Formats: sequence, C-alpha cells, structure tokens
Amino acid sequence: MTAPTKAKAVPRAELKGDLAVLKEKFGDAVQPAEYEGVVIANDVLLEAARFIRDELGYRYLSSLTAVDYIQEGYFEVVYHAYRLEGGGPLVFKARTPRDVATVPSLVSVWPGADFQEREAWDLMGIRFAGHPNLKRILLWEGFHGHPLRKDWKEPYYEEEHKPFSSRWPSGHHIRAEDRVFWHDNVQYPLDWDPDQVEDTSDELLYIGMGQFARAETGELVEPKSLRTERLVVNMGPQHPSTHGVFRMVVTLDGETIVRLEPVMGYLHRNHEKIGERNMYLQNMPYTDRLDYICSMSNNLGYAIAVEKLLGIRPPERAEYLRVIMAEFTRIVNHLWAIGFLLNDLGAFFTPALYAIEERELILDLFEEAAGSRMMCNYMRFGGVAHDVSDDWIARAKELVYNRLPRAIEELDRYLTHNELIKARCQGVGVLPPDLAVAYSTAGPVLRASGIPYDVRRAEPYSIYDRFDFDVAVRYNGDVYDRYLIRIDEMWQSLRILRQALDQIPKGEIQAGKKQYMIRVPAGQAYGRVENPKGELGFYIVSDGSPNPYRYHIRAPSFINLTALNEMCKGHKVADVVVILGSIDIVLGEVDR
Amino acid sequence: MIYGLGILKGLGVTLKHFIYSYIEDVRYLFEGGRYQPRHLPARQGPRARGVFTVQYPKEKLPLPENFRYIPFLVYDTQENKIKCTSCGICAKVCPPQCIWIVRGTDPSTGRPKPEPEAFYIDATICMSCGFCAEFCPFDAIKMDHNYELSSYERYESLLFDLPRLLKPDTYHAQIHPSDWARELAEKEAEKAKKGEKAAAHTSA
Ligand code: SF4
Ligand code: SF4
Repeated sequence: MTAPTKAKAVPRAELKGDLAVLKEKFGDAVQPAEYEGVVIANDVLLEAARFIRDELGYRYLSSLTAVDYIQEGYFEVVYHAYRLEGGGPLVFKARTPRDVATVPSLVSVWPGADFQEREAWDLMGIRFAGHPNLKRILLWEGFHGHPLRKDWKEPYYEEEHKPFSSRWPSGHHIRAEDRVFWHDNVQYPLDWDPDQVEDTSDELLYIGMGQFARAETGELVEPKSLRTERLVVNMGPQHPSTHGVFRMVVTLDGETIVRLEPVMGYLHRNHEKIGERNMYLQNMPYTDRLDYICSMSNNLGYAIAVEKLLGIRPPERAEYLRVIMAEFTRIVNHLWAIGFLLNDLGAFFTPALYAIEERELILDLFEEAAGSRMMCNYMRFGGVAHDVSDDWIARAKELVYNRLPRAIEELDRYLTHNELIKARCQGVGVLPPDLAVAYSTAGPVLRASGIPYDVRRAEPYSIYDRFDFDVAVRYNGDVYDRYLIRIDEMWQSLRILRQALDQIPKGEIQAGKKQYMIRVPAGQAYGRVENPKGELGFYIVSDGSPNPYRYHIRAPSFINLTALNEMCKGHKVADVVVILGSIDIVLGEVDR
Repeated sequence: MIYGLGILKGLGVTLKHFIYSYIEDVRYLFEGGRYQPRHLPARQGPRARGVFTVQYPKEKLPLPENFRYIPFLVYDTQENKIKCTSCGICAKVCPPQCIWIVRGTDPSTGRPKPEPEAFYIDATICMSCGFCAEFCPFDAIKMDHNYELSSYERYESLLFDLPRLLKPDTYHAQIHPSDWARELAEKEAEKAKKGEKAAAHTSA
C-alpha cells in the first residue's frame, strides 16, 4: 500500500467468534490482519486450513488470490472460506517476502484451490509448495515475468494510472502501436533472442499426463516402463463444441477417458491489470466483457463490492431495478445454456434458436433501459444509470406473466422427456456432492449435485431477503440434473421477477451525486453475487486513491472447470462435449 | 410408458412452430404482407409467433433513444458554435482512453479558450460505454445511433477527427427527443432564473 496508510494507523481486524477460536488454537502463529481476517504463519497454514475446514466447518473455499504489497515487500495470499449453511466468510491470509514468494499449497485440503493457485503463480509469481501440477495456466511457459506484480509493465504501458495525462489538454492522437518500436503489440526483454526461446507448455502438459518421458537425448519418448495403448487427443482450441477458444487434452484408453486437462488463456487480456490501471468507475463497462451473456449481473457484483467499501446503498427503486435486471439475466443465460447444451448433443440449432427467441425479447428491454443489448454498463455505485418508463414495466410484466412461462413450459415439453436426451445425459458426468464442494464448484453445478447453496440465500445481498423463492436443488449431479436445475431456476427467477415488478416503488435511482472520480476509503472488500453461472466474486483492495490497488475476480466458469477432469473420467469423447456444455462456461470469464 | 413418447411430444413442438409460421403468413397476407414496416413491432413483440427473423439490411429494428454507439459532438446551430468547451472531463472518464483533445488557445492573449482546437476519438478503441455523454457537463457530446461503420481500412477511416465528429443539434434532437426536451427545459429554467435575478436587481 502507498505511504499515507502507514502514517495513519491501519485498523486491525478484531478477533471474534471463529477467528478467536483459531487464535486460541494456534497462538502466536495467528495474528490479526489489517482490515479483516487473520494472517496465519506458513508453517501451520496446512494444519490451520484443515482445522478451519473440519473443526470450524468452513468447507467451501470460495476464493483464493494474491496481492502484491510492493512497498511493504511481501505478497499476501488471501483466502475466503464459507460455511455451506450460510453466513459470512472466514478470511485468512498467508504472507511471504517478495524474494521468497513461496507459500504452502492448499490443494490437499481444498482441491478447488488447484486452478486458483496456478493462476496466482502465473500472474503473481508465487510458488505453492506441494502443488501437484504447478504450471502456468493463462499464459504460456515462455512468458516473461508475472504481470500482476506491481513492478511489471505491459507493452503499451503509458502511465501507472488512468486518466493518462497525454489525452488532455494537448492530446495529439498517437496510436498505441506507434509508441512501440516494433509497431506491434509485443515487448521483448533486452537480452531476448527469438531463436533461443523455448515454449515448454505442451511438453510439461504431456509429461504431466504421464504420456511421455524425456530421454537422455532430450527428446520426448514414450515411457519405457509400461507399454500402453494410450492415446493423447487434443480437442480444441478451434473446436465447435468448446464454446470459444478452449482446449482439452485427453488421454484415452481405447475410447475411454483416463485423464483430461483443460488448457485455457487464448482469450486472456489480463482484465485485472487493466482494472488496476483504471479508475473505479471505468471498470464497470469492462465487467460487461467478462461473462458477456450476463453483463447485468457482472455489473451488480462489482457495484456491490465497491459499495461495501464506500458504505453506501442505492435507493429503493434502484435496488428493485437491479434485481429485475439480474433475474432477467439469469433467464437469458439459462435459455442460452440449455439451447447450446442441445447443440452439443447434436440437436443442431433448432432448440438453441427457440431458446434465443425469448432471449431477444429480454435483450430488447435491456437495450431500451441501458442502451445496449449485451454490453449493458447499467449499474453505478449507489444506483443505476437510467430509469425505466411505466411502459417498460408493463412490457416486462407481459413477458414475465405470459410469454416466458409459456416458453419455459414449451422448452420443458420439448426436451425434458425426450428419450434420446435422457440416454445421453442421465448418469453422465456425475459429480458427487462432497467432490462438488471440495472442488469449489458453484451455481447450477453445485446445486445439481445436491448442495442447496445459493448466495442469494446464504449471504443475501441487495434486497433478495425480501423475496419469496426457493433454492433449486437436484441430487444426481449428472448432466441431466444440470439441465433440469436450469429449468427450475428459471421458474424461481420468474417468481422473483413477478414480486419485484409488482412492488417496484417510484423514486430516485441514484444515491447522492453521480461522480466519475470517486475516492474509495482504504480497505478491503469481497463482494459476491449469485451469477447465473455460479458465484461471482470481486476482491478489491483500496489504498484510498482513485484507482483500485488490487482488483481480483473470482470467475465461476473458471473455477467450475477444476472439476471437469473428475466429471469426465471413464466417459467417452462424445460425452466430454456434453459435460463441458453442462458446466456452461464463457471464455470471456474463464480467460479474463 | 411407451418408449419414444417424449420424442414425439418434442416433435410436436417443432411442428407447432412450423405451422405457426404459415398461419402468420396467411394472417399478414390480408395486411399487405409480413414485411411491411408497420408490422415490425408486432413481429418482434412479446406476442410474436412463427418466423422471428428480421430481414437485415432491408429491414432494421427501431432503436430506442438510449441506444449508444460511438459518440459525436453537438454543433449548436442557433449560436453557430461547437458546444464543447474542451474541459477534458470526457477524456478523463473514458475507460479505454480513446479521446484526445487539444484545448483551444486564444491567439491574441495566449490564454485557453473554451473551444477545442482538435478532438479525436479513436473508434477502433472506443467501447461505446457512453460515459463521455453521461458525464459531459455541457451536453456537448452524445452517443450516436449510426452503427454501420465498417470500412476497408482500419487506421485513417476509423480515427474520427473534429469535422467527422460534429453533427448538428437538430440531429441530436431527432434521435434523442426526450433528452433534447430536458435540455430545452433546463435552458428555459436558467433563463427564467436570470430574468428573476435581473428583475430583483432593478427593483432593489
Ligand atoms: S465534450 Fe463535454 S466533457 Fe468533453 S471536453 Fe467537451 S465539454 Fe468537456
Ligand atoms: S463511449 Fe466510452 S469508450 Fe467511447 S469515447 Fe465515450 S467514454 Fe470513451
């Protein structure tokens, strides 16, 4: 954090409740952290994590991320764990000096930490001792440096923070690539030689999958010890079933999958680095581009996280508008997910187009309210951007009361009892409940495995505590249940929408004056919302300046993929396509 | 349960969609055909059945007032001047920083004057977020409705300079009727306020 925070004493977290228990158990190894949570010494971290999971009952590790405190000279890894019964997080942190940059891996306690630790290694350069597969995940192995470190600068680097001073008052246009010597968006370290570069990504991948070993000559050969008939097949990155540029490397025994490893990052743009250069408000339209099907609820998650730091709440009407938009988004997303699941099953585009028809009608409403169909940029801190007319509400009601119930009912009649769908989906890609929790899966994937965990109920945000709705849950954890749960959730969303549209009051839509350069009090906040694809979290560290010091996104699609290998084992290649479809990922969010 | 009943039921849904498209055709037959512009709202409305597609570019969906695409600068046709005062707020708030403004200077005094000397928006970078229009204190920059901007070249033709950005306020009034009405009302109120002040001044 920057200097002024030192001068003013930073408040330490009070150790109450479970934190006090933790302190009592581990004594000096547990110290109160700044603002919230505790710092746990690295040598007891694993033991403490087990204690937190088993004794204190925080079985669900929601988020794991790292912050670079460059002035203080250490990295901090931040963990947010939750109880499945609901309630707030237990925040604990681990620290490591910047030149050591190693903390124990928690994959053995929470397998869901796997991808998140790899992400922290990739982007922040923190090694996780004991991680079974610590490779880069979003970037390639030859990448120079770890971009989220505060001293790393991107090729188009201009200034530490926006707004850039070159834009005004003497803003002579210059194209970004013209500022770079190569007239291209690349940056090479001085001693870099393209002939020497070695991209070991694939090699590491294949060795990790037990397929090859390195001979003394340096070549990759099949391991001598066992002669197998195993085969490595690459699906993607260009593959119609992968919902974008996404690659799955599968080891096959005959036609059966032995192991699958997802490879991602083809759409990576380091959203978080961009976010740390931006001012707070400027991040809002960028969140639209995470899960671009659900821009409204992404906006909501970010607004809630920043409002936590600001300590403000939007006026009533704005709260209702937010809920209305977020629930419409859920319907949009689930229609899309079901339509494309059917595509993956081979029912080429007829079901998808029937589903998208309804989506278009909802997008019409979004366009009128927000100005854009997909990149809505609708929420502001302490409110929403535009009010809606009575006519808008009337049309929304027409949809919610008449059109959508009929459409969902028709989709149900069209697909649910279809014998082919049942044959392809039932018992496929099963994820048992304990694994679903251990892998930190969220949203429909978690709830289809019999865990009724929904942030709207577990830790209500906005005004969700006022509405009557049920948390949908299904128990088989297979593809079929992940399909059914989306239908169930659409019905529940309609219930919420009916109540919200009937009760919405007149009045203001923005608390206070709308500002473009807000100053957020120094602090840390984790805001999370139940996005259609699962729990979307924003971890924000503010140092009191107009730009976030750290801006991290817990992307549900990304973390849900941790369980993909587990779901696919023992199935056939054709099933992988369906299983991936049932997780419902969006690469804009996975790759960030 | 008979095996295959689910499939048959599902096919029934497809058949229904198929038949509806013809029923609708017959219905529109007596009203000049499906592709009359006046039918567009009904065909795209919440009661639409059958074929749901729009024949773009022959047909275009009407755009709501809030619709936003690359901004333009408003030219005040009554007072014959550019409304922008080159205050720089839009350049600061722009998330991808795609606005470049050269503040005007008065050649006789060398002091800044409230009119931009140059104004660029790099349309290849603009994310059409609408913040510039939202936060401009002078109603000088507005979001456009023209989304057909494809070009054969991505450098010069997509770097919008001042002449290309300027559009008359009559155009703004036409695409943003309620926003324009608000502006007029605010102007009126200000005038009335000034008049009141002046009146108070003379009476005092
Ligand atoms: S367009 Fe508006 S905000 Fe931008 S410089 Fe001109 S007056 Fe200022
Ligand atoms: S619409 Fe957004 S991105 Fe485009 S110029 Fe305005 S502020 Fe910048």
